[in-house]
Amino acid sequence: MALSQDQVLAGLAEIVNEETGIDTDSVKMDKSFTNDLDIDSISMMTIVVNAEEKFGVKIPDEEVANLLTVADAVNFITAAQE
Amino acid sequence: MNQPTLNQFQTVKYSRIYSLGASRGELVVTNDDIAGPIDSSDEWIRQRTGIITRRRASKTQSLMDMAVEASNEAIKSAGISPQEIGAVIFSTITHPYQTPSAATLLTELIGANPAPAFDISAACAGYCYGIAQADALVRSGVAKYVLVVGGEKLSDFIDPTDRSISFLLGDGAGAAIVGPSDTPGISPTVWGSDGSHWSSVSMTSSLLDFRDGESSWPTLRQDGLTVFKWAVWEMVKVAKEALEVAGVKAEDLSALVTHQANIRIIDELVKQLALPESVAVARDIVNTGNTSAASVPLAMHQLLKDGTVKSGGLALEIGFGAGLAFAAQVVVLP
Repeated sequence: MALSQDQVLAGLAEIVNEETGIDTDSVKMDKSFTNDLDIDSISMMTIVVNAEEKFGVKIPDEEVANLLTVADAVNFITAAQE
Repeated sequence: MNQPTLNQFQTVKYSRIYSLGASRGELVVTNDDIAGPIDSSDEWIRQRTGIITRRRASKTQSLMDMAVEASNEAIKSAGISPQEIGAVIFSTITHPYQTPSAATLLTELIGANPAPAFDISAACAGYCYGIAQADALVRSGVAKYVLVVGGEKLSDFIDPTDRSISFLLGDGAGAAIVGPSDTPGISPTVWGSDGSHWSSVSMTSSLLDFRDGESSWPTLRQDGLTVFKWAVWEMVKVAKEALEVAGVKAEDLSALVTHQANIRIIDELVKQLALPESVAVARDIVNTGNTSAASVPLAMHQLLKDGTVKSGGLALEIGFGAGLAFAAQVVVLP
């Protein structure tokens, strides 16, 4: 069964925390990965691969550059589950 | 008339690496030295790559100079005569002649003439490709001793303004002598390629485009994130398979010696492989940079030289890069 947006956000926050140590509560929908969370491109790719595994979705490499905010990633993953 | 029975080479049961040799570019290039043209900083480069300095050859120090120095050390350490070498395999992407090969000149310069000699082009996987071939040549009885060299003068093919790969690159050569053994010394190699990512690490243009004035001097470029993803998550599978076919577990290893592409790749590989802390991890990239085909033998040589690991221990070596091409094997440290 597909996960809700809130469930994807919670799961994504755990992945971000695991990779970067950023508190899960700081991973909010309106945050920019680069500007707000200070996540560099290599960490972002690690987060993407872990998200692919956790949520059972495929996030193409060329799509990663479009995932600027947490909301972008949550929305993409939520849609990709269906 | 009876047809005579052909002779064939008599096989040898096992092979091993006898010795290593190393040569690095004579210049120590800091991050501050190269940060300007890419609008970067020492901190940014350290954080994203782990590199503090990279070694580069001077204008007068050639690829061949470094290859000869590394080869001579390996030959001397092996305790053999250059004339006993039965084949020379030179892995490089920076020999500046389409032909003749770098290997034939190296063979002449080290006194191994008339050994058969040839180059291979497998970029950062090249040394491990060479060890696979040397292992096969020795065990099939074709050659008693094989010299494998991975050497690059990458600084001839970089663009100081390129933010994708140039700032990572260094120059150097690593060499190994492979020969017959009473006990197993080189596991089956897990190797392959994925040409669907042919352009992920490549030159900016062909030499023909350069000749026709359609491009500037070709230099290296990479799609860093695609390569990072492949180098970690695909190479984890390759590393696990290499351990399995070797019949050893991660905790049996003394060392992990990966291609020194980027410290973040190395660290993530270590994490994904769940290596115990007892396994030494080669991080020669910190002081040498990414030297493509030379990086695995240089890194292994350094671990042995500084006493981190001892001769006789097991090391998983894995090379990966442009092609994309990859190769991994477990070896007994010389």
